[in-house]
Amino acid sequence: MSLRSRRYSNLYKDSVSLMTVSAKVAATRGVEQASVVMATPANVENLARAGLGEYEARANDLLVAVSGSEDACEEALHLADGLLSAKAAAGGGGEAAADEPLTSIQMAVARDPSLNLALISVPGAYAAAEAMKALRLGMDVMLFSDNVPVERELALKLYARERDLMVMGPDCGTAIVGGVPLGFANAVRRGAIGVVGASGTGTQEVTARIHQLGQGISHALGTGGHDLSAKIGGISMLHGLAALDADPATKVIVLVSKPPAPEVAERVLAAAGRSAKPVVVIFLGADPASIKGEGVYGARTLAEAADIAVGLVKGGEVRAAPIALLGEVQRTLDGLARGMTASQRFVRGVFSGGTFCYEAQLVHVAAGIRAYSNTPTDGNLQLKDSAKSQQNTIIDMGDDEFTRGRPHPMIDPTQRNARIGQEIADPETAVVLFDVVLGYGASAEPTAGLIGVVGAARAQAKAAGRQVALVAHVCGTDLDPQNRAGVLAALKSAGVLVASSNAEAAAWSAAIVAARSGAGR
Amino acid sequence: MKALLGRDLEVVNVGLEGFAADIRAAGGHATHLSWAPPAGGDSALGWTLAGMIGDRRIEEANCKAYDRYLAAQPRLVDLMLARDAIPALGEGKRRILHSGPPIPWEHMCGPQKGAIAGAILYEGWASDLDIAERLAASGAVALEPCHAHGAVGPMAGVISPSMPVWVVENATAGNRAFSNLNEGLGKVLRFGANSPDVLERLRWLGGEFFTALRAAIGAMKERDLKPLMAQALHMGDELHNRNAAASGLIFKRLALALIDCGLDSGVVRRALAFVAGNDHFFLNISMAACKSMSDAAHRVPFSSMVTAMTRNGVNFGIRLSGTGDQWFEAPANAVNGLYFPGFSVEDAAADLGDSAITETNGLGGFAMAASPAIVQFVGGTPADATANSRRMLAITLGANPAFTLPALNFAGTPAGIDARLVADSGVLPIINTGIAHKKAGVGQIGAGITTAPMACFADALAALAQTLAIQDKRPS
Repeated sequence: MSLRSRRYSNLYKDSVSLMTVSAKVAATRGVEQASVVMATPANVENLARAGLGEYEARANDLLVAVSGSEDACEEALHLADGLLSAKAAAGGGGEAAADEPLTSIQMAVARDPSLNLALISVPGAYAAAEAMKALRLGMDVMLFSDNVPVERELALKLYARERDLMVMGPDCGTAIVGGVPLGFANAVRRGAIGVVGASGTGTQEVTARIHQLGQGISHALGTGGHDLSAKIGGISMLHGLAALDADPATKVIVLVSKPPAPEVAERVLAAAGRSAKPVVVIFLGADPASIKGEGVYGARTLAEAADIAVGLVKGGEVRAAPIALLGEVQRTLDGLARGMTASQRFVRGVFSGGTFCYEAQLVHVAAGIRAYSNTPTDGNLQLKDSAKSQQNTIIDMGDDEFTRGRPHPMIDPTQRNARIGQEIADPETAVVLFDVVLGYGASAEPTAGLIGVVGAARAQAKAAGRQVALVAHVCGTDLDPQNRAGVLAALKSAGVLVASSNAEAAAWSAAIVAARSGAGR
Repeated sequence: MKALLGRDLEVVNVGLEGFAADIRAAGGHATHLSWAPPAGGDSALGWTLAGMIGDRRIEEANCKAYDRYLAAQPRLVDLMLARDAIPALGEGKRRILHSGPPIPWEHMCGPQKGAIAGAILYEGWASDLDIAERLAASGAVALEPCHAHGAVGPMAGVISPSMPVWVVENATAGNRAFSNLNEGLGKVLRFGANSPDVLERLRWLGGEFFTALRAAIGAMKERDLKPLMAQALHMGDELHNRNAAASGLIFKRLALALIDCGLDSGVVRRALAFVAGNDHFFLNISMAACKSMSDAAHRVPFSSMVTAMTRNGVNFGIRLSGTGDQWFEAPANAVNGLYFPGFSVEDAAADLGDSAITETNGLGGFAMAASPAIVQFVGGTPADATANSRRMLAITLGANPAFTLPALNFAGTPAGIDARLVADSGVLPIINTGIAHKKAGVGQIGAGITTAPMACFADALAALAQTLAIQDKRPS
């Protein structure tokens, strides 16, 4: 343990800079104590009291005093000398201050007053507050977050309605406003068809198909899944409809939802009837005959809604034919069904898109096939254990129980792929039905893991003497960030039958189940 | 809505960062926030806060409060004995004022207890420290915050009836504010020292020095404090932890006036030597000036402007203009700082003193751009100093054109803290502060930078929301 010091005569430094030097010197390994001070009487007294030696007080002298191991003291004095030199001081303040991070919507607006829409995806407990702030600052809102209490949803929507603002959500997954994708959205060309959707994947299916059919989207607005309940009364749906009605770029309007509360459906259809533009309505599962009104067209499936809208834009005939199995497809499906073992009787639907799961169940029910599900539609049964399929099972792997603490399968399909493998391995499985969703927000390589899982599972099943049919639908466009053509090719080479729409894929699946159970009409 | 579809979308993205990247990839514009749950994570209060943003009553009240703050013209009018200046300390009253929000004797920190006991001895209410402490504990001497009586004091902030106080008057509204004299560094009452030499200095300050300075102030020509403070900001002070320039400027004003008073040359010399020997001499005047400006903005119903921030060595407390004299308190945040030789964080008292009234007025930490040396307390750079001042603009109602910052191209200091902006952004007011030893009488052991705790602002907003809700229920 040694004590070393150094005096610099007539070297004046501000006490604050000296404290900084002291702290750095004291941090030297092996240094016990270090002090760099002007040798004022008070400081000299402090040094003595701290056991750093006795010194003569001369206020304009600078003192460096260190205690510790011999080597450390030497190093510390050298370090202090460097820090006290003019050169080191000049280099100290050079860095530019980084731009301040923006931590609130108010701060963002203060910096850029042109902000006009808030896209909010924070946890549900905080989401409504952020949305309210945005509205109060005069902005429109897309609320991607779910788990927002319904009273707060209502408060937001009433506030917005009074001020002619739009609240898309809560639980709104998809929107495209003026060509800008918000949340999970496909890359589509601009065009004449406007969409208001209460379902994110439903809106994706409609907009992607419209693009693939050569037409485009003016705007696709979302409402969130609870908007058409009796409590909310379809405030956002009605607002979106009015906005598209007034929008010069929009020629045809499509409304997408599960069946609304009856009084809400009535109000929405009345508003649709008042619109000067043709309105195509898909209330999934509702009888199209119940959708009436001047210039209002009911559709049975998401794909059909897109087809009708495209027909209306072209000014031609409105096509609304039921999905027919063309001869070639029918022969393929029959061939597959014939090659199966006696135990293979059931469909296993494994979905990442909630609305795709819903629509697939509807198609199967319409074909007389009842299924179990974690999210059963009318006429279907509640699955006892979501991790285990029973008989016909169609599950939504984007539902809360699968996504708690884990990424949504549209973002990370690992869990969903494993489930597909599990279903292929089940001797009772005749057909595995699934969706692949492309677009902004979705997995960059949606089939990367899937192909391997499917290959291995099929090889194993084949070794056991079974051949399982795989039917899929790819929701996406050739403009999406993922390579759509590559995805289709990969699926086909893995032996997956790829349909042109979710409803068509479900119809193919139902045909196989019908052939296997002998329940076909 | 028509606007939504008719114009180019400018998105603020709150939450998943990937969404902003997607928008940009598609050719759109998005600003991504570094978001964290506001109001300290209290979801219910966050919803209440959302409803207060853009509230017309709050906006109007804040305009009024802020205008009064800007219009204030603090003027150094006198140096008086506290008993003559502050009614609560008037003749025959056994009352002592202390810094911070209200706190009973038994909960006070060491330095504050030491200073109060010293003040009781100084007043001659007790013959020794034991008796002094018993008097304080028994309630025989009333203990109340300076802020409750228009006063402020650094550190322990103790003001007793026989002490001289600076009298600063806001010439615009006529309100007065008071602060005690700065005793210098080392063993001083404001750090809880109460030994005979400390009391001896207080007696000299309350006697010969008081008489001389009072005469000088009477003869002083230039009494306006705003120009002096503005000048000091241009000379490297931030008027909280650094007052070297302002102390020099006030010395210049006092010196000639004092000489003109025709006092004994020894008295004049001792008085001037005391002022010249203390680089913090102006701090207490700065604080009184700030108090007079803040008080001008106080008690405007519904205003969310912060009119006081202060610490009692246990808790940090704030007041809002719109919630009157109610205090909102939370344990003080830790100080990020540097220590004098031989001391460390274990020796430190919790943050202490009324001097955060300077930050409340846009000085101190808010004016750090004026005083890059201060940022070195935490190993920062001049760039950090300007960044600190800039960041404070996010939580203030505006910038004070009377106090400009050369490093920010002569922009005004951020001033008028809006509690809503603090709670919403999570940006906490920066405070430059000295660090007191937790034991009475040891003195200052370091200095550094700290922040005001979020819980104060959250609680204050909850109380302000109640006043709004009460008005909502009233029949119009």
